[in-house]
Amino acid sequence: MIEIKDLHKSYKMGNNSLHVLKGINFTVDDGELVAIMGSSGSGKSTLLNILGMLDVLDEGTYTLDGVPIKDMNETKAAQYRNKFLGFVFQSFNLINYKTAAENVALPLYYQKVGRKEREIKALKYLEQVGLKEWAGHLPSELSGGQKQRVAIARAMAAEPKVLLADEPTGALDSKTSYEVMDLIQKINDAGNTILIVTHEPDIAKMCKRIVHLKDGVIIEDEKINQVRASSYVQ
Amino acid sequence: MFSRDNWKEIFDTIQKNKLRTFLSGFTVSLGILIFVVLFGMGNGLINTFDDFFGDDATNVLFVFPGRTSVPYKGYKSNRTIEFDNSDLEDIEKNLAMFVEYTTPRITRSALVKYKNESNNYTTRAVAPAHQYAEKTIMMKGRYLNEQDIINRTKYVVIGRLVEQDLFGSKNAVGEYLDVGGIAFKVIGVFQDEGGDNEERLIYLPYTTRQLIEKNTDKINQIIVGFKPEIGYVGAMALDKSLDRLLREKKHISPEDQNGFFIRNVADQLKQNQQFARVLQIIVAFVAFGTIIAGIIGISNIMVFVVKERTKELGIRKALGATPKSVISSILLESVFITTISGFVGMVIGIAILNSMGDELEDYFITNPYIDLTLAISATILLIVFGAIAGYIPAKRAAEIKPIIALRDE
Repeated sequence: MIEIKDLHKSYKMGNNSLHVLKGINFTVDDGELVAIMGSSGSGKSTLLNILGMLDVLDEGTYTLDGVPIKDMNETKAAQYRNKFLGFVFQSFNLINYKTAAENVALPLYYQKVGRKEREIKALKYLEQVGLKEWAGHLPSELSGGQKQRVAIARAMAAEPKVLLADEPTGALDSKTSYEVMDLIQKINDAGNTILIVTHEPDIAKMCKRIVHLKDGVIIEDEKINQVRASSYVQ
Repeated sequence: MFSRDNWKEIFDTIQKNKLRTFLSGFTVSLGILIFVVLFGMGNGLINTFDDFFGDDATNVLFVFPGRTSVPYKGYKSNRTIEFDNSDLEDIEKNLAMFVEYTTPRITRSALVKYKNESNNYTTRAVAPAHQYAEKTIMMKGRYLNEQDIINRTKYVVIGRLVEQDLFGSKNAVGEYLDVGGIAFKVIGVFQDEGGDNEERLIYLPYTTRQLIEKNTDKINQIIVGFKPEIGYVGAMALDKSLDRLLREKKHISPEDQNGFFIRNVADQLKQNQQFARVLQIIVAFVAFGTIIAGIIGISNIMVFVVKERTKELGIRKALGATPKSVISSILLESVFITTISGFVGMVIGIAILNSMGDELEDYFITNPYIDLTLAISATILLIVFGAIAGYIPAKRAAEIKPIIALRDE
């Protein structure tokens, strides 16, 4: 599904250049649930942004679902993001003047799906995350966990090939975090490929594979026995 | 770009961001409103100037006597100049090719009584031709005629307001008035577009006035009406010839500025028209400035709107919005708001102008109006510039990498 070879990325800070990713080789297969771990500044978010085509790589190759991601203009990148990728952010990034259902329907709007169908689909995905009765509420009327579930529903609504989550539980307490992880595990069980960036070991243990990043290189890549989040959720 | 779905999305955004919508709409409305009202008032001012000379004939020279300030031909300075009846004849004789008529005007104030009513009025002793000079309109009865001058009749023609003051609803024609202790018969009532003061005048034959004043032949003022066909150049030539004639006759030095004065209405009219034209340019300049200010205002708001929406645009881009769809949604939104509010401002402005009507006549603004084409063009100009002003920040926002836009708090 995802194939990365010899990936380099650096940021220019004035005259200095900050080398963030120093040659990453990494593949993800269909249906995997991967945690990318590392301390702050290890380059894990940069890696996820490059995977999500929110940022461009300097050197190396990136192939997504057999398509080489290279020299993309913004229009092309936007279409690919819409088709292939779903995003979940630490700060939820819901549009605050749109209701939960409208937020979920937004990627479908950019897929040029008709209005009626958008509404039906949005409700379907909200139901999957258990928030059907909150469809008409604004993000400001939802709790943190609910917001993140709406964000997950939104990411899923476009039916992406890969779901990318940047610290999805970073702004949540541990009980809510487990609920969100439970949801992510269920989505993974249904066959979706998911990448999670996290620095919390207990969250990482709920994935099927952990990739440790340190100073821009992968220092460890191991498959683990998944801890089911449902055991923490009543 | 124009599908129903896109519009629905734009309406949603407009509806749910009321403050933003209000701010940009208000700026545009206000800009257009001020433009329309200002321009209309400017036009009103120009109307007033046009009207200013409408009540008097413009083919007229007024000659006022003065005092000499330069000794000349053995005469000392500070000599009072007086006109008399022979001056009228000389003017008519010598300047016959220019002059249509002459009339003296002897102005006196008098206590006027009718039965128990009395009041002070200005009387003017004149010749019949004065009617043309002042554009006096007869309501009833007749004006003074040549017979009245020859026979020195004790007849008066009174203004509409004199009749109203003294006679109430009664018809004044045929009644006798006590003017300064002498009984005069009212032979006519007139009106004048020059305003209330002009309708509180009383006209009598100048010969009668001269008889009352110890049979003198002196006159205060001379009014010379010239033939309209001689035009502005002819009027200026007459002005000069008249000046030379009177200087010679009254022995006034050619250098003396104070012996007598000639007021040339045609010349003044021309000056006033020039003044009105300058006024129009100033008004146009100010109105243009208002439009520029409106454009700058809407540009600022557009920059602010795009800045405020940076994060939202980042989210939209992460979800698959292309740069084109980002730009078009911002632009359509701004054009939609500016169009609606621009036309609202325009309509309100025109409504204000219409409702003002002649209420501001005291401030020299008569019948303010704006050319509809001009108002619409100004509105469209603002919309177009609003769109251009919106396009630049919108394009920049569309080019920001989503990852940077998402970091924006």
